[in-house]
Amino acid sequence: MDLRYSKEYEEYRREVRSFLEAHWPPSGDAAQGSSAEQASRFRALAIARGYVARSVPTGYGGSGQPPDVLKAVILGEEFGRARAPGDVRGIGASMLVPTLLEHGREDQKLRFVPPTIRGDMHWCQGYSEPGSGSDLASLKTRAELVQGEWVVNGQKIWTSGAQIAHYMFCLCRTEPEAPKHAGISYLLIDMASPGIDVRPLRQMTGTADFNEVFLTNVRVPGENIVGKRGEGWTVSRSTLKHERNMIGDAAGSRALFEGLVRLARETKRNGKRAIDDSEVRQQLATLEGYVLSHQYSGYRQLTQAARGKDAGITGMMNKLTSTNIGHSAAKLALDLLGDEGLCAPTHDARVMGQPPRGHGGWITQNMWSLGVAIAGGSANIQRNVIAERGLGLPRDFAAQRESSR
Amino acid sequence: MNFGLSDEQELLQETVRRFLEERWPAQKLRALFDGSSGHDVDLWRAMSELGLLGLMVEEKAGGAGLELLDLALVAEVLGRFAAPGPFLGHSLATLALSLGGSGAQKERWLPRLASGEAIGTLALLEPGGGWDPADWHASLLSNGADLLISGEKLHVPAAEIADLFVVGLAGGGLALVERTSDGVRTEAIEAVDRTRRIGRVAFDRAAASLMSGGNEAAPRVRDAGLVLLAADAFGGASRCIERAVEYAKTRVQFGVTIGHFQSVKHQLANMAVEIEPARSLYWYAAHAFDHLPAESPRHAALAKAHLSDRFMQIARDTVEVHGGIGFTWECDVQIWYKRAMFDRAFLGTPAVHRERAARLAGW
Repeated sequence: MDLRYSKEYEEYRREVRSFLEAHWPPSGDAAQGSSAEQASRFRALAIARGYVARSVPTGYGGSGQPPDVLKAVILGEEFGRARAPGDVRGIGASMLVPTLLEHGREDQKLRFVPPTIRGDMHWCQGYSEPGSGSDLASLKTRAELVQGEWVVNGQKIWTSGAQIAHYMFCLCRTEPEAPKHAGISYLLIDMASPGIDVRPLRQMTGTADFNEVFLTNVRVPGENIVGKRGEGWTVSRSTLKHERNMIGDAAGSRALFEGLVRLARETKRNGKRAIDDSEVRQQLATLEGYVLSHQYSGYRQLTQAARGKDAGITGMMNKLTSTNIGHSAAKLALDLLGDEGLCAPTHDARVMGQPPRGHGGWITQNMWSLGVAIAGGSANIQRNVIAERGLGLPRDFAAQRESSR
Repeated sequence: MNFGLSDEQELLQETVRRFLEERWPAQKLRALFDGSSGHDVDLWRAMSELGLLGLMVEEKAGGAGLELLDLALVAEVLGRFAAPGPFLGHSLATLALSLGGSGAQKERWLPRLASGEAIGTLALLEPGGGWDPADWHASLLSNGADLLISGEKLHVPAAEIADLFVVGLAGGGLALVERTSDGVRTEAIEAVDRTRRIGRVAFDRAAASLMSGGNEAAPRVRDAGLVLLAADAFGGASRCIERAVEYAKTRVQFGVTIGHFQSVKHQLANMAVEIEPARSLYWYAAHAFDHLPAESPRHAALAKAHLSDRFMQIARDTVEVHGGIGFTWECDVQIWYKRAMFDRAFLGTPAVHRERAARLAGW
């Protein structure tokens, strides 16, 4: 056990740092144009150096580097410190690109991957429907092939970024007679197509970070299918296996916790600083036990990944662990805020992985901790996964009935 | 950046696991739990042969010269098997001697402790309460060239069979007292955890020798103890979950195994999520003790508080998953339940260590 980086990696860190010092923030000619243009030029340089889009082959605009989790962590840390634009965030780069690399045709990869990893093409995800949440494969949005074109009808929900996305990757039922999972196809839909209606969905926080997307006779070129007809379920299961950064998630919990300690220094309880109150101290230290466990479990998973080992059940727990920490932080923050808990949330505070800014930000965090608990596989689904795949308990009755159908 | 075990460390855990599977079957555990002494001489001897009793002792004194992380990895496996006996107090007394003993004291005792020929233990708590050095009142007085100790210590592990007591003194120092000295009286206390018996030790002008580095060693020994308890709790809690999962896969109600019911599955998943990430917390606390001394006291405190709390709750949940049978003496779950009670209380409760952690953070 040694938490230091080896000489080779320290050398790599120095190299990355001097690259960043030379190129970010841009100066001279590189500082011309909009901030998006500056970021795009910088990214091209960083790709050429092998620092960005590492898992994407050079033929598709990436830097095609061999997987190295420690380098990925160093890059994350150094780019974060310099506030430099690294890998494009968002669902296009994190979900669509790996899916296309694994299942897409050559022309699809050439057309969609380069602009997506440059940050020029934005995507939204057309998975959930009003009647299909955790039971996603029950989705009903239909796509029928009519004269070489898919005609899509249905409704998608929880669609982040639909108002700015150029394209949606969308699961549609194309084989209505086939069993549930076998009747789905994976389509790429141009969001400028006629028949698409995007309506913002206002959350309990008061802001609208999601949308509903209504699709009425939307015509999609027949070639915009990824994989074969009826294979959409399998296609959509591709995940980013490459260089997953196991530490990022726990760093968010850590930042949240440190924000709470600051809040306890700034607020009062029984006439003295909240942090001097023994109950608050107990609650903070209790929560810190979970936060540190999460953080060091991330170190362990990182080491396992570097050794080419699967994290097994531990890897299945990360989402539920950060969800639980978010819930505890929400409750403790509300206690610390006291009377300020009567005030509405402030909306500028939601930056994922960052501690809330200002006291109103904690009201936002309080509500968002619930959004996080639900999005991307609800806590109860996580518990099913841990129990069934991790502990080897029998599958759910409903799921069993279906698979025997 | 390497936060993982070495091949040797994995082998060490595997060796101890196999050893206990063979040498420490459930019948023996049950018999010992119900028996009078709480100490299995054959098991102790076999642990000695494996080298587990001198793991952190320097090689020239017959030990293995390893670190706290290695010892904690062993403590985890012992916790899994609810291995009984004086291991914890012995390991800590031995560490105290290694860290704070004089040359002569080490020479006299370390080889015998490392081999397990002599059993050591730690006598800290006093009737007034408190595990902290500031709470100790036992005192030394000079009698010519000799030192005599007077005082009373409670909840001393393996008090009835220990050969050597490392005793906490007023002012935070440590003294060595041999069982054979005149004026040493021990008396068993009915212990909740019958795998780790405790007793009362009264010193009445008994011959003692001061440990020259006792004041520096005492907080280190406390931190090591907290880490070992955290490791034991991790092992015990993991075993509880395995038992609960096994039971859920075999117990049939309403025509199916109860593991089919989502209420049971979710309870088991929650138990697993409560404990598994905390493995890394005790690893880190042990690593900090060995290599990051500035971080050690706080991590030891948080690891002990967190893991002993988790173990207690998981043991409760394990009883619940078992239903009525889980509440009986014949169901082994009660043994781990009581191990959890020991891990929680010994060297101070979670609340005590959370308050210490708060102070150490400057809150």
